[in-house]
This record gives sequence, structure tokens and C-alpha cells, in this order.
Amino acid sequence: MTRSVHPALIGLAVLVFIFLVGPLVIVVGAALSDTSFLTFPPQGLSLRWFENIFEIAAFRRTIVTSLQIAFLSTGIALVIGIPAAYAMNRYRIALPGWLSTLFVLPVLVPELVLGFSLLKSVAVQFTVPIYISLVIGHTLLVLPYVVRVISASLANFDFSVEEAAISLGSPPLKTFFTILLPNVRSGVIAAFILAFITSINDVSISIFMTGPGISTLPIQLLAHTEQFFDPTVASVSVLLMVLTVAVMAIVERTLGLTFLAK
Amino acid sequence: MTQRLTIENITAHYGTTKVLEDLSLDIAEGELVSLLGASGCGKTTTLRLVAGFLAPTSGAITLGGKDLTRLPAHKRDIGLVFQNYALFPHLSVADNVGFGLKQRGIARDTRAKRVGAMLERVGLSHLADRLPGALSGGQKQRVALARALVIEPPLLMFDEPLSNLDAKLRIDMRVEIRQLQRANGTTSVYVTHDQEEAFSISDRVAIMHQGRIMQLDTPEVLYQRPANAFVARFVGFENLIPMTVVARDGETATVEAEGGVRLSLSSGHFGAIPDRFILASRADGLAVSDETNDGIPATLGLRTYLGRAYQYQCETPAGHLLANGPLGRPLDPGATAKLVPVPEQCTILAPEA
Ligand SMILES: Nc1ncnc2c1ncn2[C@@H]1O[C@H](COP(=O)(O)OP(=O)(O)OP(=O)(O)O)[C@@H](O)[C@H]1O
Ligand SMILES: [Mg+2]
Repeated sequence: MTRSVHPALIGLAVLVFIFLVGPLVIVVGAALSDTSFLTFPPQGLSLRWFENIFEIAAFRRTIVTSLQIAFLSTGIALVIGIPAAYAMNRYRIALPGWLSTLFVLPVLVPELVLGFSLLKSVAVQFTVPIYISLVIGHTLLVLPYVVRVISASLANFDFSVEEAAISLGSPPLKTFFTILLPNVRSGVIAAFILAFITSINDVSISIFMTGPGISTLPIQLLAHTEQFFDPTVASVSVLLMVLTVAVMAIVERTLGLTFLAK
Repeated sequence: MTQRLTIENITAHYGTTKVLEDLSLDIAEGELVSLLGASGCGKTTTLRLVAGFLAPTSGAITLGGKDLTRLPAHKRDIGLVFQNYALFPHLSVADNVGFGLKQRGIARDTRAKRVGAMLERVGLSHLADRLPGALSGGQKQRVALARALVIEPPLLMFDEPLSNLDAKLRIDMRVEIRQLQRANGTTSVYVTHDQEEAFSISDRVAIMHQGRIMQLDTPEVLYQRPANAFVARFVGFENLIPMTVVARDGETATVEAEGGVRLSLSSGHFGAIPDRFILASRADGLAVSDETNDGIPATLGLRTYLGRAYQYQCETPAGHLLANGPLGRPLDPGATAKLVPVPEQCTILAPEA
């Protein structure tokens, strides 16, 4: 009963694989190069460009800032986005149809425009501190993803389950946490990861929101490459990847386990 | 533990659409009452009102003398069984059943004991650790039943609990539900659109139509003596013949149907005969005879064999009617005969508005 696979299909799969993994290999390779300029394949192997990141104070600072902003904006987006997605799915009949579109609208606006308008209308107008502007900007950036992903996992949720819990004596708010959330766990995890990655890699919004003393890692990287052509770009990219994967693993673990423990 | 449920003059809306109108229902302690009616007549809405998921526009609901109308749903202490089971997908069978006990703050070991006993009763002890996703429809419905029963609620409500099961299982389960309900003596409301199901397990049945109760009575009365034309049609009265009294002579009334058909009916058999009424019956309420002159003249159509009688499709001046004839005397299509009302199988209804 083994089915033969067409050679062209295998070829295509290999191509896609190379296409996906190729850039990663190049970046990791370049980051490990012992040269003082960006090159691939690496010439000599060394970790000096990773050490270099931590020797430059601006990189140390921006790594911390980027992580803080990513966690904060993702957290806020979840706190707003989960109830929003819940309401839109639960009361779908009663709510106007355009409401769910509204939450996804920011995706359609070019991020540069979003960043610029935020700068003009929030940061400058109300003299909001840079750090807070960054958090607001990133929250707006990731919120549509959160709402979309949570909505998708709520779409096949049977809300009569919630009513069953309430009829058995569980108050509505408690029911939300003990019945609803555990059942959209994978959606929450996916939303978290997607939002986190979007935030930590963002350039177009952050570039308007950074200023004296505060910057994010990608923006600092941009500034660095304007002056130096050394493999730091590659090593920072690898670091970003490692951080992201680490966060994904931790989220998967902790969120997964707390929900399972219920 | 069991309590009386009273629904008084409830009116309910979804938005601006009126869904229930001035509905009243009184269910005695330990009684099982079914709500029976076509899709969209407001059965689920009635349950949701009692459960507290929907607030009535006006009217009151009391359970055991306690006013429920403004009480939040989670404080009403009502056992609900849903059509789609509504089991908690992330909890094991045992945790599903124990959920209500947990909300009541019952200690873990007591809880485990009661859950165990309940699972035993519904025959699911061996599946205690399974997740609902890995159960068959019938098993899911048993878990749902156990989950509602284990909290020993004063009121149980079922919303088409068996409609997702196959025919054989449906019959087994309805007997099981009735036995459990009887054993606990729990007051129950049972929603279904299956007449046989409603009649077979209920003490009384409420036949609903467009947000109103058309008749609330025992299955026997509903089946034999429907109170109005709607219920008559609902329980399978095929012949509804509008009549007008044209003359009275003591006990005998001469009545006329459409097409000038005249009959004499005796109030000795039918009770008081109003001036205008509907003579309603199933096929066995009209006897086909070619040996009498009194009756509704008919041209016989298709004949079908019922085992206990022949049934004829009949064309009469009063319209298309269904009548039964004796086995000993089969008549052929095209023959003419008289249809004679059989008083015991007929009932007199008020004319439709
Ligand atoms: N959430 C809602 N919003 C608006 N109208 C509704 C809503 N739920 C039900 N209705 C309407 O209320 C009426 C009664 O609905 P209900 O669900 O009580 O019917 P039912 O008797 O349970 O029918 P079924 O046998 O199909 O379950 C229907 O006309 C339905 O369209
Ligand atoms: Mg219904």
C-alpha cells in the first residue's frame, strides 16, 4: 500500500526547505565568522561577535528594553484582545458585523503610517514618555493578531458548555477562567507567540517612538549597521532568534501546564 | 428535595421580536411535563427563562415558593441536560460529573464517592477517566445526565436530550431518563419535538405553538380529546369537518357541513352540540358503509390495508376525508359509500377563528 511520490514533488519540497532554512544557515554562519566584516561562508570560527553585542552598552540596554516592551505589549494585547474576541464570538448575533473587521483594521494600515500618526497624535501631542508610547504603539501593532487568533479558536467553541457550568453553580466570571480559557489554551499560546515575535522584531513603529536614551534592539541594530559592517548584525539576529525560541518554549510550558493543572 | 415550578404569565422577547406570549405553566412536585411543538415555537426559550439565561419581559417564575425571576442563573440550582450534551471538553468524565459538587464546596473525598455512585447508576464507572471527546453519543448523554442529577437539583430540565441519538438508543435512553427521574422524584421539564417521546414518558404534555401553550394535559386526554383544532391536527386527527346546526329535535341535532351534507347527531353520544363546531376524528372515527343511507356521501379512492381495518382516501362534498372500513367487505376505488361518524372516536371542537 505504499504510494509512490512524484519526483517533482520531492524536488519542490526540497526547494521550499532550502528557501526556508537557507537564510537561517547564512545568518548563523556569518555570525560565527572570525572576520571583521560580514561574510559567508564564515572564515574561521569565533564567538567574538556575540561577545561584542554585550560589550556595547547600547545593545545591552536595548535587549532589555525590547524584551520588556514585547512582554508588556503582548500582555496588554491579550488582556484586551481575549475579552474582545470572546464578546464578538459569544454575542455574534447581537453585535454588528463590522465590529470584528474594526479590530483587524490596523493590519491594513502601513505600519510606518501607524507609527508616524502615533508619534504626532500621541507622543508629541500629549507629551507621553517615549517608553509608554512604545508600549502603546506595540500593543496596537499586535492587538489585531491576538484578536484574530483567539477568535479563530473560539469559532468552534460551543458556548452552551459555558451555560452548563453556570447552571451547575459556577459564577460567569469564574466560568470564563475555568471553562472558557482552558478550552482556547492553544489559541492563547499561539496569540502570545505571534504577538511577541511581531513586537520584538518591529522596526517601522519603533523607529518613530525611540528617542534619547530609549531604543529597541532592531532600531539599535539599524543604527549600528549605518556605521559598522561587522558581523554584529548577524549575531544580533541569531540572538533575537534564540530569545524568541526561548520565550516560545517557556510560554508553551508554563501556559500549557497551568491550564492543565486546573 | 423536589419542588413545584410555577411559571406565571411570562412574556419574552428577543430584541423586539416577541417569542413567548403570556405563558403560564404549573408543574407539581415530582411531575414530568414535556413541552412539545414544532421548531421555533419557543420551547428552548422557555427553558432558558427558567434557567436564568434570559430575562422575561413580564411575568414571574417561582420554584418551591421561591421567586427565581431576578435570581442569577448560577444561583438557581437547576439541573440542565442539553441537546448537544455540552460536556466540558477539557475535563474527564469524573470531573465533568463532579463539577457541580465542586462549585458547592463539597470536600474532595465526599465528591469522589458521590461521583462514583452516580457513574455507577448510569453505567459509566469504567469510563471515569476518559475525556468527553472519546465517548459515543449515548455515553456523552449519560455523562450529561449524571452531571445534572448528581447535584440533586429540585428541578431538572432537558432540551431535546435524545435528538442526536439513533432510534433504538433513543427509546432505551428515554426509559432510563424516566426511571432515574421517578427514582429521585425530581420535578422535570422535558423539551422535545417528538410526539411519541413526549407522550411515552410524561405525566403531562404542553403542546406549544408560536409562543403559547395550546393545551396542557395528560397524554391520554391529548390523544383522545384534543381541546382545539390545532392540537387535534397535531395529535393526528385527519378529519376536521366544520358543521352548523340547522335543526334540533330533542336529543337529536341535524347538522350541515360544507357542500350541503346533512347528518343527524345525538347529544346523547356527543354531549352538548353548539350551533357551530368542528367534528374531528382520526380515520377510525368515520366508518365506511355501503349499506346505510345516513352519513357523508363519498367516492372512495385508494384503499390501504391496516391489519385491523381497510383505510380509504375519500372524496366528499365536505372535502377530502380519511375513513376506515371493515375487513370483511373490501370496496374498490371508484365505489360510492357513506361515511358514518363513530361517536366514541369523534370529538367536538370550537370552530377556528
Ligand atoms: N438568540 C436569539 N435571537 C433572536 N431570536 C431568537 C434567538 N433564539 C431564538 N430565537 C427565535 O425565537 C423563537 C423561539 O426559539 P426557540 O429556540 O425557543 O425555539 P424551539 O421551540 O426551541 O425550537 P427548536 O425545536 O428548533 O429547538 C424562534 O422563532 C427563534 O427564531
Ligand atoms: Mg430548541
